[in-house]
Parts: sequence; structure tokens; C-alpha cells
Amino acid sequence: MTTEFRHTTISPERIVRVREAAFRIRQNALVEAEVQGQGYIGQALGFSDVLAALYADQLNLDPTDPEWEGRDRCLLSIGHYALAIYAALVEAKFFPQEELKTYATDGSRFPMSAMSTYTPGVEISGGSLGHGLPIANGMAMGLKRKNSTATVYNLLSDGELGEGSTWEAAAVAAHHELSNIIAIVDFNDQQADGKSTTMLSMEPITEKWESFGWETRRCDGNDVEAVLANLIELRELEAPRPRVLIVNTRLGKGVDFLEKREKLHFMRVAEEEWSLAQKQLHNSFADESAETDELREKERSTTEDGGRA
Amino acid sequence: MSVKSEHGTAIGSAGVSTEKKLVSGAMSVDLAKEGQRAVQAPLGQALLTAADRDDRIVGLSADLAKYTDLHVFRDAFPDRFYQIGMAEQALLGAAAGLAMEGFVPFASTYSVFATRRAYDWLALDIAEPNLNVNMVCALPGLTTGYGPSHQATEDIAILRGLPNLTIVDPCDATDIMQAVPQLIAHDGPTYTRILRGRVPQVLDEYGYEFELGKAKLIRDGADVLIISSGLMTENALEAAKVLQQDGVDVAVLHSPTLKPFDSEMVLKEVARDRLILTAENHTVIGGLFDSVAHELALEGVTKQVTPIGLPDEFLDAGALPTLYDRYGLSVAKIVETVRGRM
Repeated sequence: MTTEFRHTTISPERIVRVREAAFRIRQNALVEAEVQGQGYIGQALGFSDVLAALYADQLNLDPTDPEWEGRDRCLLSIGHYALAIYAALVEAKFFPQEELKTYATDGSRFPMSAMSTYTPGVEISGGSLGHGLPIANGMAMGLKRKNSTATVYNLLSDGELGEGSTWEAAAVAAHHELSNIIAIVDFNDQQADGKSTTMLSMEPITEKWESFGWETRRCDGNDVEAVLANLIELRELEAPRPRVLIVNTRLGKGVDFLEKREKLHFMRVAEEEWSLAQKQLHNSFADESAETDELREKERSTTEDGGRA
Repeated sequence: MSVKSEHGTAIGSAGVSTEKKLVSGAMSVDLAKEGQRAVQAPLGQALLTAADRDDRIVGLSADLAKYTDLHVFRDAFPDRFYQIGMAEQALLGAAAGLAMEGFVPFASTYSVFATRRAYDWLALDIAEPNLNVNMVCALPGLTTGYGPSHQATEDIAILRGLPNLTIVDPCDATDIMQAVPQLIAHDGPTYTRILRGRVPQVLDEYGYEFELGKAKLIRDGADVLIISSGLMTENALEAAKVLQQDGVDVAVLHSPTLKPFDSEMVLKEVARDRLILTAENHTVIGGLFDSVAHELALEGVTKQVTPIGLPDEFLDAGALPTLYDRYGLSVAKIVETVRGRM
């Protein structure tokens, strides 16, 4: 059920737009995390490229009407990625930039764990893991009943694959041919007690999903182009099967000293380190942008040379 | 080796006694007795009537449609029914998702599975967002002799602490059939202890009508008040008839909605000077008895209440009549308990 990765042609402008969005989502996440001085900042930084591909490209959403009937439903099982989802929702204009600084403060619309009851644009209250996919099934069934073309996305973590309900739901989705579901599993190999693969390894993950009847892809979750290409392809497939993209991500991606710091599920960052974090984030984005410019230049010259478009 | 069982039957080394004994019925037996007025699959019938008029109604089951009477709906509306398989967490999650998309799901399984296996999904996916999901669950309390794996003796105790959830313990077919449209109209989650198969019809004789959230006085009496729910209301009414012959006048207050609890009606009836008992098909911990005691304490009413209910034990396997006698739920045992308290 895994077909060879077919490279969808994506314009360089589109990739640049998503990369820029990912950069801003990372900036937003750092602003939020600084309020508390700690948090799931490693995951937020690691998952920002995927969130950018979703919130700046793939999802049909209306920030002025978060409950718009035609919207794609993006279900965050992993409530502890709250930092990340608020950062993405601010990027998608659901909230003003200033609201980031209210993160985890009393009365804020941005509580520590993402909940639908607090935050417009957050579809479910995750946190207790293994709930997103079972709910996604029901929503996908409901959308099919209404002949809606909307897609249900479910963002899961590698640790969440340990929950039996995830696999109950995976079987149900395949049996009921819920082709309007795209699950995204963030594989960062890190959970509360240590490395996922040394605790309760779910590898081979790809084969597990395949054997459950899912269209399965796996890619580098910090490669914007690959993430985007896979998401586009999974959405366009005709197969009567649910779809899953497993993304390998690097905790702390974009902030050099956090990438190198001892890998921790819940990171503490010293007060004086936040400005360094923002600085390193700028530097790595500048490096990445230079690479993009180079690529773009190369592509233009090959096109001009009569090479493939 | 020879052991003496808890119930006093000597069991030899071969484990066989020659005494003639009742045999455990099938997993779920018809509750209606021979010759009793009864309705076949009242839940299924009521759902058909409702679903004919309301497209939002969908059904789901975790491999127990046939044993929860949801097969009646499944057969009439196959495209509105989802067989989830033996996956109760996925069942309640999917029901939540369907409700979020505007549908009104009826999700069925056995009471033990909805409450013990899938509690987190019931709590967080359904109760917390206050969704209109109706869980219709069979084999409540002691309605099977199959043993603790299938006897939901503490389902109400598990669920009473959940905010937003409405809990219904119907007595008979009248209750179930009249409850269905009210469960649909109620904009929030409900858990109903379903009686399935040939279900006795009892309460219509008393001019009773089910009203969600209300306790109703089924018969009045000057000497004794039995506050009851579920199938124990039928037993209480039978016990009242027997006691009538002794000149003991028994009132029966039926409280099918356990949450929200009709404290006003209960306090009003308790205020009269009578012997007070509760009767429930549930452990005496965390169910009807505790609900009554809770209201009395809050109101500062100091009256003794005698609970009739299941003991704080994992129950034996066996034939239902044997077990109802053993645990004090049968009509004869209710009569005995009342006489003992007079």
C-alpha cells in the first residue's frame, strides 16, 4: 500500500511561503514559552514545518469563522502540543500576535493543554492520548453522510501509538473506508520517560499502518517540500482508504543549542537563553533561505537551458 | 480435598452435588415472565419511530447490536448504522465525532463495557463537550448470571460523578419507549440502562408517564415508602401487593432518572412519617441509596433509610432467580426486609 514517493511539482514560491510560515510559527512558540520559562518547546519547534504545511497551505479554514461548516477539521490528539497549535493559529490569523504572551496565564484562551472549550480553532480537547483518531472516525463518517469534501486531519505522536484505542480506531477507519482522514504521526522518538524506541518500540511503524489498511507515507518532517508533497498526494489519492503520514522530526529544530541539548520531553530554558534562541532561529532561517535562493537560481537556469520545468 | 462453598453447599472432591438445581440462563435472558404483558425490543421499536422522523439519528454498536435491541434499527436503516466491532473506545469516540457533526448517535454495548472499558472516552469525548450522544447499554446491575465480567453492579457509581451526564434506569417497556424521544430532545449526553428482548410492561397500568429528570409516585401508601429505580420498581410494586394483604400500606416512588436526581419529589415524599427504603438493581454504594442519603443530608433531614440493593461484593454466577433471592432483590426478599423493619 506504500507507493513510491511521487514528487509532486510544487512551485518554489509555495515552498518559500510555507518555510516563512514555519519560521514565524517557531518565533511565536518561543514567545509563548518564554512566558513560562519551560514547556514542550522541543516538540513545537520540531513540528513547526508540518504545522506550516497544514495551516499555511493545506487546510481550508476561515479565521473569521472557526466553525465554518466547510472547513477541514484538524484534530490535535496531543494536547501538550498546545504551544505549537496556538503558534500556528496565530500565523493563520485566528488570533492577534499579542495574545501569544497570555499563554498559560489565568483567564487566557491559550491554556497549557489545548482544549476546544477554550480556544476557537481547536477542534477537540486532547491531552489524554488515544482520543483523536476515534473521534476523527466519527467526524469523517458524519462528513461523508453530509457529502462534504472536507478532510479530517489528526495529529498524533509516536508515544500515542502505544495507546490501544489508536489501533482500534485505525482498524475502524480502514474497515469503513474513511478516505477523508489524514493522520500525521510526529515521530520525534521522545516521550516522558525517554526515547520511544527504547521504551515501547512501535517500529516498524510504516508496516503497522500499512497492515491496518492505510495509505502510508513516511518522510523527514523538517523537509517542508517533502511534507507538502506527501500531504498533497495523500489528499489527492483516489484510494478508498484512510491515509497516514509519519514524519521524523528533530526536537528543537531551528534553535541550535536546543537541538543539541540533552533531548528532553519537557524542556527548561534559562531566562537569558530566550534571546539567544530567537537569534539562532533567525540565523538558521537565514541559512535555509540562502539555500532556497540558490536552488531557485539553479532551477531558473535549468529551465532557461531548456531543462525540465 | 473438600471445600465448603460460601453458600453452604458441600462440594466433594469431584465438585458435584446431587441436589437438583436451577441452571444459569443464556447471557441475556428475557426478563418478562411467562404470561406477563411484555413488549419485544422496546428500544428498537421506539428508535424506529423516532428515526423515521429525524434524519439526525444514527446507530452504532460494538458487536452487540443484537443483544441491545439496536439490530431493529440496523435492519431498518442499514445505511445509518455503524458496526464498530469489538472496540468500545473507538465506539464512543466515533459517537462523539458524529455528534460533533450534528448527528444524534445511539451507541450500544453492555453496561460493563461502556463504563469500565471506555470510561475515558465517555468522560472526555462525550460528557466534557456535552454532546448529544445517547449510550444505550444492556445488562445493567444484576440481569445476567454470567458473573462479574458481565454484571454491571457499579455502573451508576462509576458514572454519577461525571458532570453533564444524564443517567436513566428504566423499569419497563413503557419507560424505555417513552424515554427515547426525550433522550433525543435532551441536548446533552445520556446513559440508559437498557432492558432488552421481551421486556415487561408494567407502569402503563398505573397511569404513569415517563418524564426525564422526574420521580413519580406510582402508588401511595401510609406505612412504608419505597424509593426505587429500574426493574426494582416492578419488584417493589409486587411486594407492595403482598404486603397489602397483611394490611401494610406501601407507597412506591419510581425515580428512573438518577442524574439529575429529582430531589424535590424525594424530599417531599420522605417528609411524611413512614418507614423508608430504597430499592435498586445496583450496589448499595454510589447509586440510588446514596443519592437519597445525599439529598437528606444536604437538607438536614435525619431519617433512617434502609437500602435494598446488591452487596459490596463481586457477585456469584448462577440462575437469576437464585441470585435475586441470594442478594435480596426478589419480591419475597423485599417483603421480608420490609417486615423485618416494621
